[in-house]
Amino acid sequence: MEPIITVNGLEKAYASGHKALKGIDLEISRGEIFALLGPNGAGKTTLISIICGLVTATRGSVRVGGHDTVRDYKRARSLIGLVPQELHTDAFEPVRATVEFSRGLFGKRPDSGLVDGLLRDLSLWDKRDAKVRELSGGMKRRLMIAKALAHEPEVLFLDEPTAGVDVALRRDMWALVRRLRERGVTIILTTHYIEEAEEMADRVGVINKGELVLVEEKDALMRKLGKKELRLTLAEPLPGVPPGLADWKLELSADGRELRYGFDAKAERTGVPSLLARMRDLGVAFTDLETRQTSLEDIFVDLVGGKAA
Amino acid sequence: MSVGVFNARGVWAIYRFEMHRFARTLWTGLAVPVITTALYFVVFGAAVGPRMGGISGVDYGSFIVPGLMMLSLLNESINNAAFGIHLPRFMGTIYEPLSAPLSPLETVLGYVGAAATKSVTVALTILVTANLFVDVRVAHPVLMLAYLLLVAGTFSLFGFVLGIWAKGFEQLQVVPMLVVTPLTFLGGTFYSLDMLPGIWRTVALLNPVAYLVSGFRWTFFGTGDVAFGASLAATGLFLALCLAAVWWIFRTGYRLKA
Ligand SMILES: Nc1ncnc2c1ncn2[C@@H]1O[C@H](COP(=O)(O)OP(=O)(O)O)[C@@H](O)[C@H]1O
Ligand SMILES: [Mg+2]
Repeated sequence: MEPIITVNGLEKAYASGHKALKGIDLEISRGEIFALLGPNGAGKTTLISIICGLVTATRGSVRVGGHDTVRDYKRARSLIGLVPQELHTDAFEPVRATVEFSRGLFGKRPDSGLVDGLLRDLSLWDKRDAKVRELSGGMKRRLMIAKALAHEPEVLFLDEPTAGVDVALRRDMWALVRRLRERGVTIILTTHYIEEAEEMADRVGVINKGELVLVEEKDALMRKLGKKELRLTLAEPLPGVPPGLADWKLELSADGRELRYGFDAKAERTGVPSLLARMRDLGVAFTDLETRQTSLEDIFVDLVGGKAA
Repeated sequence: MSVGVFNARGVWAIYRFEMHRFARTLWTGLAVPVITTALYFVVFGAAVGPRMGGISGVDYGSFIVPGLMMLSLLNESINNAAFGIHLPRFMGTIYEPLSAPLSPLETVLGYVGAAATKSVTVALTILVTANLFVDVRVAHPVLMLAYLLLVAGTFSLFGFVLGIWAKGFEQLQVVPMLVVTPLTFLGGTFYSLDMLPGIWRTVALLNPVAYLVSGFRWTFFGTGDVAFGASLAATGLFLALCLAAVWWIFRTGYRLKA
């Protein structure tokens, strides 16, 4: 099946001369949740803005649903809903009217049932007649999502949806994203919170300094790059790592009660059995042990840090 | 597809949004022109008028009505359109129309159409108010309305350009205050250019607003300072300039797209 979004050799140099994107190639499949992960200034917003028609590309092209976003912008944009990073809302209009306005802009016939549903889904129902400026920051963000969904887009862009958002809203947002996915909506979100990508995404793209460093199925990424860590809770605290265990490059917690050993779970020799055997020989007793998967965060720091160096 | 050829619902959404904005300030929006007109009539109609006698056979009170309407029409058109597009830029909400399936023409129609509607409403309110003081007869009512719409559309377009060009609210107000209002006063709102001494009459004819006032006055009384055709040509020229500016703005994304 043709990807819902195809980005080809996309470059952007701002008027200041700053190169925000340096040749991005990317395909997004229909119905997936794609997380674009990268530090501040990596070019996430720039990429989204070009796809949505808010920023002009210097080179390259984008197709949405097979329609070129410049030559056939009407068809391309009809498919897209955008929730920008910054809170941009009207002030004096009633909440409901602004959602209807958004739907109208996209040329859709009025549908009060649909608008009601969105307002309920996003916990804005009680505020439907309030003026936008009376809403709290979190509610304004909900409103921006309702506006983006008002024309029933096939692709939804969420630019840093949970930056500075409280726990309740974050949870609601994820529930909404899952429901949308079930309906077949493609979702592209940007974040610099790794947990978000880890929790939600089917695929992850890591962008740094205008370049896509990596695009990978999240699970495969975790497996491929995932290192594991073994944690041993000691029976007796140690003053330092025993010299006899130096080969394993262990870390000792500050209170001396936990030994940590990082290893590659995919390696032929993980070093775990030999470590445990040596500890028994040295009489270092432990009361508990656990292994844990390295998070995307570690992978991310590795990748971005490695590139930057 | 509903937006393919012409996104009429999109235009209507913008138009309605803007009209709601005007409706929120409906009473001040209409009270100001009514009161100002009344004041002009007290000062010029009642106090100055009787000493002036008639101009080209029209009594002074009636004579100033088209000029007063034009004065408000220009200011309202420019201010409403400029504010209408500047506000979303300022608030950041411009991202919505810019990322919607709207052509430049459709976007402009929505904003400029609403601004022109409001300014025409104000101008007609002035006409009605003026009728409380003097008996204004309109020789060519259809032409009068058509010319009103043409000028409202043209200057709303100009306001749209201004609203995109302006970097802040001060700049937004500077042009109407420092350029348009003086030009309107000097353009024969309260007098006939014939009353000016020779050289000043020639200078006055360099003022584009003089052609607008004269043309509009012609639709009322059948006489003007310049031929009606000259007024139409001047308006058309300015309209073409504004259209070119808008076309260029959308082509280059000037102050709209990075
Ligand atoms: N309008 C602009 N003009 C000049 N530089 C910009 C503009 N917008 C963004 N940039 C720069 O481009 C880079 C990428 O920005 P952005 O896409 O916002 O990154 P991200 O969303 O990943 O934080 C940054 O260095 C930023 O300063
Ligand atoms: Mg960003």
